Amino acid sequence: MSPATLYPLAGAALFAVGVYGLLARRHLLHKVIAANFLGSGVFLILIGLGKRATGLTPDPVPQAMVLTGIVVTVALTALALALIKRYYSATGLTTFEPLDESEDER
Amino acid sequence: MSKPHRMRAIAPLLVALVMFAVIVNALSGLPSTGEGLSAEVHDAAAQVGISNPVTAVLLDFRGYDTLLEIAVLMLATVTVLSLREESRVLRRPISRPADPVLATLTKLLVPLALIVTVHLVWIGSTLPGGAFQAGAVLGASGILLALSGYARPQWVGRGAMRAILALGLLTFLAIAVLPTVAGGNLLEYPEGTRKTLILVIESLLTLSIGASVAILFLSSASADRGGNRR
Repeated sequence: MSPATLYPLAGAALFAVGVYGLLARRHLLHKVIAANFLGSGVFLILIGLGKRATGLTPDPVPQAMVLTGIVVTVALTALALALIKRYYSATGLTTFEPLDESEDER
Repeated sequence: MSKPHRMRAIAPLLVALVMFAVIVNALSGLPSTGEGLSAEVHDAAAQVGISNPVTAVLLDFRGYDTLLEIAVLMLATVTVLSLREESRVLRRPISRPADPVLATLTKLLVPLALIVTVHLVWIGSTLPGGAFQAGAVLGASGILLALSGYARPQWVGRGAMRAILALGLLTFLAIAVLPTVAGGNLLEYPEGTRKTLILVIESLLTLSIGASVAILFLSSASADRGGNRR
């Protein structure tokens, strides 16, 4: 399997893991990590598709887009962490709704 | 397990699997080889004299992306700064590092990191490198300094930190907008000034990105250090 097919497939899998985590996990830190998974999946897809070029170097446009995307992801993560910290210190909660004791924590 | 709980476990799995199937389906429809824009970028980059195609795309052909990206980074930094409960990052007491090994390592690493920063900016137009990589190294050395107990020097006040933070975006914005005054297009570099202007933008962006990375990290890390709030 060439990188041009393997990377996008792995990216799609990472994206799916991220979607699952974002929906199923309730702890806000888990959601941030899941969002990072999701973004990394998209980056892998873009980088992999750029590798389809047959020349010496891969297509630079997806690379530049991924570079931009990484910086935006860093900004998103830092902002989300700051908001979660503030939310935690204001409410003492790490999830949006308090957990029932009947439920297992996720 | 009651019904809503089982739904809660299964529904996300289904959504994720459907998403995976949709993406794989979309990917399988693509041709297995595609040149994309490699040739166009290569020719145009040679024409404008920036031989690193990624840098040419980032700062010239798709300058919009980079301009807005910096704006996003600054927006996040300003928001994180205003969310802090105490302003510890910019007003830390001066303290000496306690651990001699850590202090020595920091003294060796930070100058090296600064050299790497300058090197990455300088080679950015011909080789992989550029403002973002250099800014990350610069920011990391700031974080290292702060974590090993070196305080911000007194002459760097809050105003100076904010000026450094804003410098990159403001310069880039000014250089982007100025050609429109003369009747040109937004983000159009006047003939013959392209390389100089890109180097100026990259250098100032490096400072801003470095400051922003350090602030983003340290304002998340430091607020809990003093008291244990529960």
